[in-house]
Amino acid sequence: MKDTRVQEPCKYIPEKMVSEEEQKDHTSVKIKVLFFARARDLTGMTDMSLEVSPGATAHDCLNELISKFPGLEEIRNCMVLALNEEYTLESTVVKDRDELAIIPPISGG
Amino acid sequence: MAMDSNGAVETAADVRREISSLEKAKAQIEDRISALQARLNSYGLEDGSEKTNCSAPPPAEDLFSGKLSADMIYRYSRHLLLPSFGVDAQANLLKSSVLVIGAGGLGSPALLYLAACGVGSVGIVDNDVVELNNLHRQIIHSEAYIGRSKVESAAAACRGINSTVQIVEHKEAFRTSNALEIMRKYDIVVDATDNVPSRYMISDCCVVLGKPLISGAALGLEGQLTVYNYNGGPCYRCLFPTPPPTTACQRCADSGVLGVVPGIIGCLQALEAIKVAGAVGEPLSGRMLLFDALSARIRVVKIRGRSSQCEACGENATLTEQQFCNFDYEKFTQTPLSTSPLKLQLLPPEARITSKEYNEINKKGEPHILIDVRPAHHYKIISLPNSLNIPLGSLEGGLPEISAALEVNKAGDNSRDSSLYVICRRGNDSQRAVDCLHKMGFTSAKDIIGGLESWAHDVDPKFPTY
Ligand SMILES: [Zn+2]
Repeated sequence: MKDTRVQEPCKYIPEKMVSEEEQKDHTSVKIKVLFFARARDLTGMTDMSLEVSPGATAHDCLNELISKFPGLEEIRNCMVLALNEEYTLESTVVKDRDELAIIPPISGG
Repeated sequence: MAMDSNGAVETAADVRREISSLEKAKAQIEDRISALQARLNSYGLEDGSEKTNCSAPPPAEDLFSGKLSADMIYRYSRHLLLPSFGVDAQANLLKSSVLVIGAGGLGSPALLYLAACGVGSVGIVDNDVVELNNLHRQIIHSEAYIGRSKVESAAAACRGINSTVQIVEHKEAFRTSNALEIMRKYDIVVDATDNVPSRYMISDCCVVLGKPLISGAALGLEGQLTVYNYNGGPCYRCLFPTPPPTTACQRCADSGVLGVVPGIIGCLQALEAIKVAGAVGEPLSGRMLLFDALSARIRVVKIRGRSSQCEACGENATLTEQQFCNFDYEKFTQTPLSTSPLKLQLLPPEARITSKEYNEINKKGEPHILIDVRPAHHYKIISLPNSLNIPLGSLEGGLPEISAALEVNKAGDNSRDSSLYVICRRGNDSQRAVDCLHKMGFTSAKDIIGGLESWAHDVDPKFPTY
């Protein structure tokens, strides 16, 4: 899923130097997002790819996801956030091809 | 029909009656056997007459010297043959005690394996009775126990598999008032419950008493498993300091669950409990296992360590037994501990009718439209004749359809306006739908109180429930 509305962190790239296409190639970070449990219901997906700007944190990714799927706000404060199968702080900067997992708790039995 | 040996005519109903009376008698006998077994177990081996293959726990001195009796060596031989398990781990198991809270989908396989593998003492906590719609996943219970206590049923099954294990029955709901007293006697706790407040309560109780917690959960086609409060690892609150909003808490009774999914998680809970009790391997502490049945994937995610800020186990946390007892878990999670479904009161009485009243309207042939707002896959299970399925989620998109249906009725009977009724499974979504319809100009819309469940209860007992 490509999204050109991504808000880039302040970074000045002179327009003359790179075309828009090239700029995108050089400056975007593509990650894979995995949804579990309630996050699957709320997004209707098990996974998706997300493009964010370089320097974006897990927190930025979450905000971006919530703007795409406002329903995710519901579990914003109650989930395990894992980057590449390891617990991560929201302040961690994501890298190209990272895998971000959104894991709300299940309580059924 | 067939003739029996006396020449009397025997019908299928007769056979069914006989089967059911024999099953009742069988269940009673099984109860008596398991009660006697429990009594026998309390005698130990004093009278020295326990030569038979299965009867009572081994004499304590044997356990403490690490020696297994001949029967035990034979029974657990496949464990003893495992180099990484062996006599030591088996002896540890035999000395340990495990409390399983919940004898449902998770607890069923967990209990069966814990009893089978020779855990010294297994406690079972549950307050429910066995129902027919439990049996597809709660495999410890059988048809003969429908309507009876889950704890009794599970205890009898465990004793049937391994009479040398001490099975302790706690036929009560696990609450702050009895939690400490029950849990204190056990070494390891298995959380096999099905609701959010219980999960916080059990985790806190384990922190207060310093017990490792084997926590499993399953819903739909997914399962989760973690060992909490073990070896410096996190507790449930470290991971989830804020409870999920009630909208995010789904129950198997509403969302469904594929029977084998809690089965798999329950088996893994037994495995982790055995590892902790036997002191072998690397228990799943600081990690969370995620099971996805649909894609046949298991992922293990490293989770955070113990949080210094945690209100239960953190550096400055002072969770005492007294504080635990006074904590209101239902208020904290905004969710009742009991599994009874929510009963919403959204509409004024004049915007609602009972299922009996609706039945009268139907019988008199009064023109009306009945909207069923359940999801399409619910509607497919069973529905009332002549109802129109417009799921709550797509109500707005269905408005033209409703208007059209009302128009058709009007054309057929010009004398009066056609009424609009809304039904769902239990009478909550129907109220939300009517509220929504009122706002969109369908001011005469009314909902049927208690939904299809009340229809089955008050009007047509043969109408299927689920
Ligand atoms: Zn904690």
